[in-house]
Amino acid sequence: MSLRVYAIAYLIFLYAPIVLLPIFAFNDATIIAFPLSGVTTEWFGALVGNRSLQSALVNSLIIAGCTAVFATLLGICAARAGAMADYPGKRGITGFVMLPLVLPEIIVAVSLLVILRQVLGLDLGNWTIILAHVLICTPFSIAILNGAFGNLDPSMEEAALDLGCSRWEAFRLVTLPLVMPGIISSLLISFTISLDEFIIAFFLTGANPTLPVYIWGLLRFPAQLPIVMALGTILVGLSIILLTIAEIFRRRGITRSGGQDTGGFL
Amino acid sequence: MSSGSPLTQDQSRAIRLMGLPFAYALALLAIPLGAVLLFSFWTQDFMTVDTTFTLDNYREVAESPIYGLLLRRSLMVSGLVTLVTVVLAYPVAYFVSFHVAPSKKSLWLFLITIPFWTSYLIRVFLWKVILGYNGVINSGLTQLGLIDEPLTFILYNVNAVIITLAHAFAPFAILPIFVVLEKIDRSLLEASRDLGETKVSTFFWVTLPLSMPGVVGAALIVFIPTIGDYVTPELMGGAGGKLIANMIQTQFLQLNNAPLGAALAIVAMVCVAGISILFVLLNRRWLRRQT
Repeated sequence: MSLRVYAIAYLIFLYAPIVLLPIFAFNDATIIAFPLSGVTTEWFGALVGNRSLQSALVNSLIIAGCTAVFATLLGICAARAGAMADYPGKRGITGFVMLPLVLPEIIVAVSLLVILRQVLGLDLGNWTIILAHVLICTPFSIAILNGAFGNLDPSMEEAALDLGCSRWEAFRLVTLPLVMPGIISSLLISFTISLDEFIIAFFLTGANPTLPVYIWGLLRFPAQLPIVMALGTILVGLSIILLTIAEIFRRRGITRSGGQDTGGFL
Repeated sequence: MSSGSPLTQDQSRAIRLMGLPFAYALALLAIPLGAVLLFSFWTQDFMTVDTTFTLDNYREVAESPIYGLLLRRSLMVSGLVTLVTVVLAYPVAYFVSFHVAPSKKSLWLFLITIPFWTSYLIRVFLWKVILGYNGVINSGLTQLGLIDEPLTFILYNVNAVIITLAHAFAPFAILPIFVVLEKIDRSLLEASRDLGETKVSTFFWVTLPLSMPGVVGAALIVFIPTIGDYVTPELMGGAGGKLIANMIQTQFLQLNNAPLGAALAIVAMVCVAGISILFVLLNRRWLRRQT
């Protein structure tokens, strides 16, 4: 019983900052502190028609969209290979591809900056952030898709092959529909991670900032903080919606391939 | 391959599929990391890079007290964050694994992971609002009459950095512990109870040792990435709470001294890897003595 109380207290601790976000977004004061002074939608209004915000948002959406697609494609390859036969060096190779999951993000950022900027002399832009985000999102995609591919009964695809399908047809017509929920879940999770990522984007951003880099700039100006709160409320709301859909699809994927839900992405 | 046995068709198909993600990680992780290592032996004067091999960067890291100070502080902060996170997370993982109905487990885990995925930057900033001079904690305590003056030891110092990081990495610690707890054969616990052990002694003699791999996993997955965070110390740490990642960031983005930044990154990584390996080995020895 006391354990349950502790767990609930812990959840409150986890959610405390997020709960404050909408409170200050609607608070009619420029200072982010208590006591509250009244309700206003002024800060949300300030977001509309802000040109630099819009361009940062468009950049972030492009980056997150591309990242989601590429990371999920790589994740499909890795998860399908993982569900197939064991081969020499499998553990090492898989471990290496999963490495960005535990690597400090600043190391990824620094190493890509060195190779792209200093060694190859390239200009930074959205594509450099996409390269890095695909790297860090692929392990998450693999973790999610392992749940979808791992439980698949290989005899279903074999049956399709016996019935005259080509390998590609068997994959497209039998396996793909079964793992589709996992793919959608992976797309959404990668999209959310990329949209939110700051540490790497700050190093690799070109002339046009992403949304988190733009927010970082705003944090230095106290007058802009209520606007950041309003923007944050929208972003957090959006993230929660995306994640909820992702979770629904992830569970559906595991049920569809006949597996047991062990819970969680990792 | 080297063993001489020919690969089956299935094996070579799996290798070909894995080739793409592997090549990607090789090109964008292994090669860049190699470049960082190489750079750390070079020097840079504004925009021109001198490619003569030198240990000057490492000598400077070793000799200037500031780098040693930042590195020690970083390792201490990461260590404390790891300790706090894992100790606080264990009971939650235990609760979800042992006391939540199987149908509700996914929901609990989902609720735990949500804050982890949402706007990191804004979450860190909100801790400033909670811990600040006019923040939630100070105004709350003042109104309750518990304090007369706002507490100042909770913002712009190392404490604030530790609280914020512990919050950010909480889900990372819960999940590995939960996964291991789920795998524990429940009949072992029943056996222990049948043999007359109490609930508490069963926990310390059976459950805890069996869940140690999860605790180690949780510790590493928190300890290693926290070294690389410069946002939290920048926003929460004040002047005395800056960490090694801030220095790496400064060297690369403001001082244009990529080689020194590279050397700092390498030194930080070697320290983290060394401590992690030591931790795993010590834990293994402890577990062996237990059995």
